This record gives sequence, C-alpha cells and structure tokens, in this order.
Amino acid sequence: MGLDFTVVWEGLPYLLLGALVTIEVTVIALVLGSIIGLLAGLARLSKNRYLAGLAAIYVAFVRGTPLLVQLFILYFGLPQMGVKLPAFLCGVIGLSIYSGSYISEIVRGAIQSIDRGQTEAARSLGFSPAQTMRLVVLPQAFLRMLPPLGNEFIALIKNSSLVSLLTIQDLMRAGQRIISITFRSFEVYIAVAVLYFLLTYTMSVITRRMEQALRIQ
Amino acid sequence: MIRVEGLEKSFGRLKVLKGVTLEVEPGEVATIIGPSGSGKSTLLRCINLLEEADAGAIYFEGERVDRRWVNGQWTRPPERAIDLYRSQVGMVFQNFNLFGHWTVLENIIMAPIHVLKKPRAEAVAVAKVLLAKVGLADKADAYPHQLSGGQKQRVAIARALAMEPKAMLFDEPTSALDPELVGEVLTVMKRLANEGMTMIVVTHEMNFAKDVADTVYVMDEGEIIEHGTPDTIFTNPVKERTRTFLRQVLLRE
Repeated sequence: MGLDFTVVWEGLPYLLLGALVTIEVTVIALVLGSIIGLLAGLARLSKNRYLAGLAAIYVAFVRGTPLLVQLFILYFGLPQMGVKLPAFLCGVIGLSIYSGSYISEIVRGAIQSIDRGQTEAARSLGFSPAQTMRLVVLPQAFLRMLPPLGNEFIALIKNSSLVSLLTIQDLMRAGQRIISITFRSFEVYIAVAVLYFLLTYTMSVITRRMEQALRIQ
Repeated sequence: MIRVEGLEKSFGRLKVLKGVTLEVEPGEVATIIGPSGSGKSTLLRCINLLEEADAGAIYFEGERVDRRWVNGQWTRPPERAIDLYRSQVGMVFQNFNLFGHWTVLENIIMAPIHVLKKPRAEAVAVAKVLLAKVGLADKADAYPHQLSGGQKQRVAIARALAMEPKAMLFDEPTSALDPELVGEVLTVMKRLANEGMTMIVVTHEMNFAKDVADTVYVMDEGEIIEHGTPDTIFTNPVKERTRTFLRQVLLRE
C-alpha cells in the first residue's frame, strides 16, 4: 500500500480546526495551571503548616497518578456522584490541576533559589512579608522559572492530546476522525505529529523570547 | 536609644549569645569587635529581628520590640510595629544584598515609596542627593552587577539612609571587599558618624574602631567581655582575652 498524502491535504481544514481546539484547551489550562501553581507553590512555603501540608498533598497526589485517570475521574466518575460537567470543562480543569502541580514545584524551587539576603534586606528596610514577596522575591524568581515553565507548557500541549478521549474535538481526535473515514493512519498521524510539533516549537520560541526580553542588560 | 538586655540565642545546641547587654545613646557610635564566631553578627541580626532571641529584651526608644514569653507562648509586637521599627533602623550587610532586578536608583527609592508612601518624585530627589553623598551620582541607572564591591556597599548605605533611619547597624560592611575598596566605604561611614548618626558597627577594621567609635565592645564566645572608650580598650584593656585578641589582630595587620 503506497503513501497517499492527498487525504491529509483534504482533511487539513478539519485538522486545523482541531488544532484550534488544542490551542484553546492549552492556553486556558496554561493560565489556570499557572495561577494554581503559583498559589500552591506559595502555600507550600507558607509558615502555616496546614496550608503547606495541604499543598504538599495536592502535589504528591496529582503528580503521583496518571493524567488519564484524573481526566476519567472528572468526566466518567463525577457524573455517578451527580456532578455532570461538559467534556471541554473536564478537559480544561483536569489539565489545569495536573500542570498546576508541576508548576507549583517550579515556583517553589525558584523562590527558594533566591538568596535569603534579598529577603533580609527587604525586611530590614521595612517591607512587609507580602511586599517582600511581590516586589523583591517573585520578580527575580520569575526569571528563573521561565526555562522550566517553557518545558512545562510544551508538556501541557502534548498532554492535551489525552482530552480527545473525553470526546473533545481537538487535534488528536480530528486526526482519528479522518482516519476512521480514510483508513490512512500513517499519513494522518504524521500530519498530526507535524501540527503538534509546530505548536510546541512556537511555544518554545515564545518562552525563549520572553527570557531574552526580561533578562537584565 | 537601643538597649539590649541579657540577650540569649542558641542555634540547636550551640549557644551563640550568652546574655548580652549593651546600650547605645543617640549619636553614639558603638563598634563591636572580637574573634570570628564570637556572636557579633548574631547580636546585630537579633537587634534587627532577623533572628529571634531566646531570652532577654531589646528596646528601641524605650519600646520593647522583640518577642516575649507570656503565659506559655511567644507574644510579638504587631507586624506593623515591627516593620516600622525596622524602617527606622537601617541595616548594612556584609554581602550588600542589593536587589539585583532593580537599578541603583530603584534600589534606593522603592522602600521610601512602598513603606513610607513617599511620592516618587520626592523619593528620586532624595536618592540623587544620597547618591552624590556616597560619590555615585553617575551610577543611578546602573544595575548592581555592573558595580564593584565598594560601590555596591555604598549604594547599600544610601539605600538604608533613604529611609531616614534613626540608627544604622553595620554587619561587617567591609569584610567582603577587596582591600583596596575598603577605604571608600569606611570614608562614607566616617562621614555618617561625624554627622551624628547613631551607629552600631560590627567590624574587623581596628583603625575604624580606634578613630571613629565612642564605645568599643569586645565580644568573645557569646559574651561581651569588656567595653569602654577606644583609648582604654586598645591601650589598656582589662581582660586577658581582649589582649590576646588584639595581639592576634595587630600581628595580622
């Protein structure tokens, strides 16, 4: 059986539509995941032991279980408990919680890597703990977060392909739909891979640009 | 102005301060000298509440500023009161601790703007005067990593002065500097002392202690073993341990 890439060409509008959904899911999860990650990261460093413990449990549990299982709990499990959420919402929530756990570790590590002298100098000038974190520590920690955040966002794009199993019409599912009609698995999956690569590559370029722009002269 | 009474501090089983008492009057320059590991820096850090003492008391202008043990638990002054106290007592660190993401000017104006709620224009005007005073008027837009150690420390002094502190604490301000850069920092500190600033200076610079200090405290093994005018301490110390320490230091120089 020879290769026939015309099916890819014909299916391209459909694939691009799927890619758009993938971008949508990823961007929302990226924003929500970053917020969750920042809050959980700060919570883990909090002096409040209950808050720190809660955040530690969250990270341990979410990182220690497969994303697919988490998504299935949200989409197939919760309705049994009377909570029926739309597939798209389940996908976004699942991805956000999952990437948030990794981002919280990035946030925590970056904050801890900032020299204690920075905090001490700020406190000695009369900055409150919150001001010290917001004005002095986080801006410097953010620079150190960027490279690992870039990796995390790329992982997020790739992981988002799992939401196709919740019937969300993303890039992955669009490819599968085309295959179910054309039976051209090889060509279509190659095309899907290329499109995913274009997305992740764009993401890596964006984060690299940000790094360069924010680095102090 | 600053009174320390019977201060004790342990790190694990190591007792670093064993009941330190000292009092600094307004306008007084007190230096604390002594061998490494004698607890000098810890004392200074306790005064600025960067470390919390286990026992004893710290008063600033008659007000208790550190935590106290009441009815089986630690009671601290309100957070705002602590921030206010710190804003009135400037601290200069051995490693400068300039904020790396801000320019020299921003390092100096941010605390006045965010803590004292000064208008930016006013903070900038004050910062420029202070930068001129420490001889760095042309470095306002530089970033800390572009400066030498001596320049960094002078910026750190200007940053502390921008809060218009009533007293200044110096924690071995020249120990991290190359020898040729020590002089420029000491000059700034001397000028500050001559202007009547209340200062507590932990230092290894015996000449500074001799020339500038009103009182010299000698610390060893977590205690102040003696104190007095520079004349007494350097020419006629009472304690044998002081003599040994001074002999060792002078031999090194």
